Amino acid sequence: MGMKAQRALAGALLAPAVLYILALVGLPLALAFVYSLGDVRVGSTGYRFVGLENFRSVLSSPTFRAAVGHSVIFTASVQAIVLVGGNALALALRRRFRGRGAVRFLILMPWVAPISLGAIGWKWILDSIYSVINWLLVRVHLVNRFDPPMWLGDPTLAMLSVIVVHSWRLLPFATVILLAGLTSIPPDILEAAAVDGAGFWRTHFEITLPMMRPIINVAVLFGVIFTFTDMTVVYVLTRGGPYDSTQVLPSLAFFTGVLGSDLAAGAAISVFLVPILAIVAWRMLRVAARAEVV
Amino acid sequence: MASVETRNLTKVFRRGQPGAVNGVSLVTREGEFMVFLGPSGSGKTTLLRMIAGLEEPTSGEVLIGDRVVTGLAPRERRIAMVFQSYALYPHLSVYRNIAFPLRAQGMPRESRRAKVEWATGLLAIGHLLERKPRELSGGERQRVALARAIVREPSVFLLDEPLSNLDAKLRTSAREELIHFHRRVQTTTIYVTHDQVEAMAMGDRVVVLDRGSVRQVGTPREVYDDPADTFVAGFLGSPPMNIVDADEVFVGFRPEHFLPEALVPEPRVRLPFLIDTIEYLGSERVLLGHLGAPRFGRKRAVSRLSSTLPEEFSPGTEALFAVAESRLKFFDRRTERRCAARSVAWE
Repeated sequence: MGMKAQRALAGALLAPAVLYILALVGLPLALAFVYSLGDVRVGSTGYRFVGLENFRSVLSSPTFRAAVGHSVIFTASVQAIVLVGGNALALALRRRFRGRGAVRFLILMPWVAPISLGAIGWKWILDSIYSVINWLLVRVHLVNRFDPPMWLGDPTLAMLSVIVVHSWRLLPFATVILLAGLTSIPPDILEAAAVDGAGFWRTHFEITLPMMRPIINVAVLFGVIFTFTDMTVVYVLTRGGPYDSTQVLPSLAFFTGVLGSDLAAGAAISVFLVPILAIVAWRMLRVAARAEVV
Repeated sequence: MASVETRNLTKVFRRGQPGAVNGVSLVTREGEFMVFLGPSGSGKTTLLRMIAGLEEPTSGEVLIGDRVVTGLAPRERRIAMVFQSYALYPHLSVYRNIAFPLRAQGMPRESRRAKVEWATGLLAIGHLLERKPRELSGGERQRVALARAIVREPSVFLLDEPLSNLDAKLRTSAREELIHFHRRVQTTTIYVTHDQVEAMAMGDRVVVLDRGSVRQVGTPREVYDDPADTFVAGFLGSPPMNIVDADEVFVGFRPEHFLPEALVPEPRVRLPFLIDTIEYLGSERVLLGHLGAPRFGRKRAVSRLSSTLPEEFSPGTEALFAVAESRLKFFDRRTERRCAARSVAWE
């Protein structure tokens, strides 16, 4: 095959992927930027350029400022929980034991099951009247039967619930990634540490974790993206409530732009996600490049 | 310093299958350099790992310095081990690799520095301290692994084929260094290898293992000159001992004792030798062929001749060779173990 033909074939083979990305990622992103600078509403047909007017009004809105804070708390807490939990699970799953395959499968379940199903299950678990958690707490006399915690109705508890459910959802993914990192450490090295006199914690913090760093970075960066841009759990459990206390940037953008018909403001809110995600993506590429060298 | 003892040590990995190590009882002397030698699958590494505490024995006991350590974690055994892969910590500098066992002991920073300096000075790797393991050559890695092992002055060294990742030339010098090193520190050492040259050159005593059992324990000279059974006879020496079937016994003789008749003193047994090929190896010639007498059924045999001997041979010819009777080793036909010498009447 000639050089030219080869280039043509390469182009043809790449084309579907390029088209797909342009149509489903590039176009919406460009539209979001265009909308955020105009006065578009659901149902309107005109477009008037308003400059940074949308950003000014969004920035001055207390709901938006609160949502930025919620997004940061949500993302950071979920990452912390998922990292610690994923590490513990990965350590447990590295050992050989009877039924390890079944346990691995069960741990993956939250990841493979549709999130809306899982979240609806959680909605019942955390329900104000039928909550099974409260039922249990009442039974063991930890809470008063007539004044049980309102898991989704109290601002602090609602945030906690959203964080826990999203962690539950990301945990399998993090576990699988961390387990891969853990099993890639040669057993010799851990045995050398054992002979050298290191106990579990020293081996874990001075040998295992540093050797897993590249893969932990990958897990964190993916986790940040999956958390920061996600609104499914918030949408199903609390719709951002009570009093916008669990409103995060993606859900606020959705409620403002789609349900509130203010497409321009919604677009402006989602554009605020772009720089943060760009930084994460850039870090991710650098980590990937460095991981290859080691 | 301490001696190492195993009592009836057994390891069975899968129930119902033959054990990797079967009832091994051994005692080292204090300060001894003991070599476990055997082919792959002989259980030598498993045995070492049980002594280190990295593998739990199915039954039997391990004693280090007269203290039963079976069931204790490796770190409670005051041992140091050098792994075949060296197992250096890839994310730590050479200095921090060597200091790691000291940190685990909780030794203060200043004493740590002094210890590391002592160990790196002993192994002449003081200039590598800031490097990472991946920036080191194979020989340097081996020294770093050794430094990490000696730095806390263990009572026993366990070395698992530490030279097998080095190229042939480096291996010879590293072998010599290890011997010097052992003479200086005088620590009881157990060294696992499948390389008989290493075993013969380094060991105070050699333990020959086969399929999980000890076949013979002895000095290099003893295991070579007086093999306890046909396995040891056939495993040691390259080329190994010739073994022929002589009715009620097996008879063995080393290739270097199977010589042209004129060179062999009386009393001797004469054996016609059909030479097939001749390998000229510089300092010696290896003659490969068959025994001519019909009673041996064209049994293969090998002769090793010094190149300084004037005799010339050519492939495809027959020559009259002989072995001094004192050089013949007799093995029981059934047990394949050594038995008393007897006279042979082959002529």
